[in-house]
Amino acid sequence: MRHLMSPLDFTTEELDQLFDLANDIEHNKGKYAHACDGKILATCFYEPSTRTRLSFESAMTRLGGRVIGFSDAASSSASKGESVSDTIRVISCYADICAMRHPKEGAPMVAMERSLIPVINAGDGGHQHPTQTLTDLLTIRSLKGTLGGFTIGLCGDLKFGRTVHSLIHALVRYDNIRFIFISPDELKVPDYITEMLKSKNIPYEEVMSLEDVMPRLDLLYMTRVQKERFFNEEDYIRLKDFYVLDMAKMTLAKPDMLVLHPLPRVNEISVEVDNDPRAAYFKQAQYGVYVRMALILTLLELV
Amino acid sequence: MLNVGKIEEGFVLDHIKAGYSLSVYEHLGLDKLDCTVAIIKNARSEKMGKKDILKVECDINMLNLDVLAYIDHNITVNVIKDGEIVDKRVLVLPRQIKNVIHCHNPRCITSIEQELPHIFYLADPEKKIYRCKYCEEKYTESAKKRF
Repeated sequence: MRHLMSPLDFTTEELDQLFDLANDIEHNKGKYAHACDGKILATCFYEPSTRTRLSFESAMTRLGGRVIGFSDAASSSASKGESVSDTIRVISCYADICAMRHPKEGAPMVAMERSLIPVINAGDGGHQHPTQTLTDLLTIRSLKGTLGGFTIGLCGDLKFGRTVHSLIHALVRYDNIRFIFISPDELKVPDYITEMLKSKNIPYEEVMSLEDVMPRLDLLYMTRVQKERFFNEEDYIRLKDFYVLDMAKMTLAKPDMLVLHPLPRVNEISVEVDNDPRAAYFKQAQYGVYVRMALILTLLELV
Repeated sequence: MLNVGKIEEGFVLDHIKAGYSLSVYEHLGLDKLDCTVAIIKNARSEKMGKKDILKVECDINMLNLDVLAYIDHNITVNVIKDGEIVDKRVLVLPRQIKNVIHCHNPRCITSIEQELPHIFYLADPEKKIYRCKYCEEKYTESAKKRF
């Protein structure tokens, strides 16, 4: 039985198979409409999430399966003090596969260790968000045609932004990737990531100015400064609008640069950018459903 | 000078930092074993000024001493058989340590999940860096002191 805790759980060859399946689903939806008939997905979401939860629910529903679950800790037995270990043992009796989001880092791993069904990490605190990474990789591969040989700028909250951490871990396995980390000092990428890049001799830069590096980027991954990750509201207010991508900055970019964003956005991408053909973030949301469909099929061993 | 008799088979753990012998005793799980243990605190040492020593009489295959490398790699491990030192064991950093240090990341699941062991894995043997298995928080010296 396989689980998904980190994007590194799959080899690059396995990821290629997963993305081939996702692209096949994209072009042949009818073929998979009953692939999960009789199967149940449990969405155990201990913190609010609209997009990820609905994306999972959409994926399972489009495969013909059903969905049970809860969407915040208050409506689950966690509010009565039940441990993650106990909850997953019970959920294992009710469902065939589980997607878990939890504000505490490592919670899905605890679930995985006790579970009788495949567990998917749907985001654990500021740590990992592997299905977003699969979404990002599928989007890049589908729109750029390859997963190597580019310079990617990651901009915004690189400290608490789990999508960023997961994406970096996944991209280092491909050839000729250069990272440019664009953030204020307070939100710099954690040291364990820069240590990992150094140990693998992967080039990276840490800068504060988005404008200065725009012309060099093949991909720009924008992130939201997340209020829920701050203990101190003053820090959040000071940093939340540090970067705003607008058309003036887009004029500095290459004509084929792609703008990605895990969504939801707040102010970090101006609405005027939405009409630019380089804005790929809504397509990214669509790819998120296809890749979750492919993942569910793979973990349930239905392909 | 206090004299403690020779042991026939077991270990003499020498050059333990003064005051740390009880911590070593606990980490080796000696409190759970039915064997003779002598704890010598604040023994005079030319090299260290003061040091602690542990003498453990037991089957030499009975104890896993890996954790000592994590606690203090300067500890000397003398292996005793038939009353003589037969080996001086080189300490190797364990790949994983369980419930030796605690994760202090308030966002880690170990902060709320009861009964969950605190497991750290060796992320960088050269720099002796350990990270929490669950949240990847880096071990720091302050965590060790708190322990």
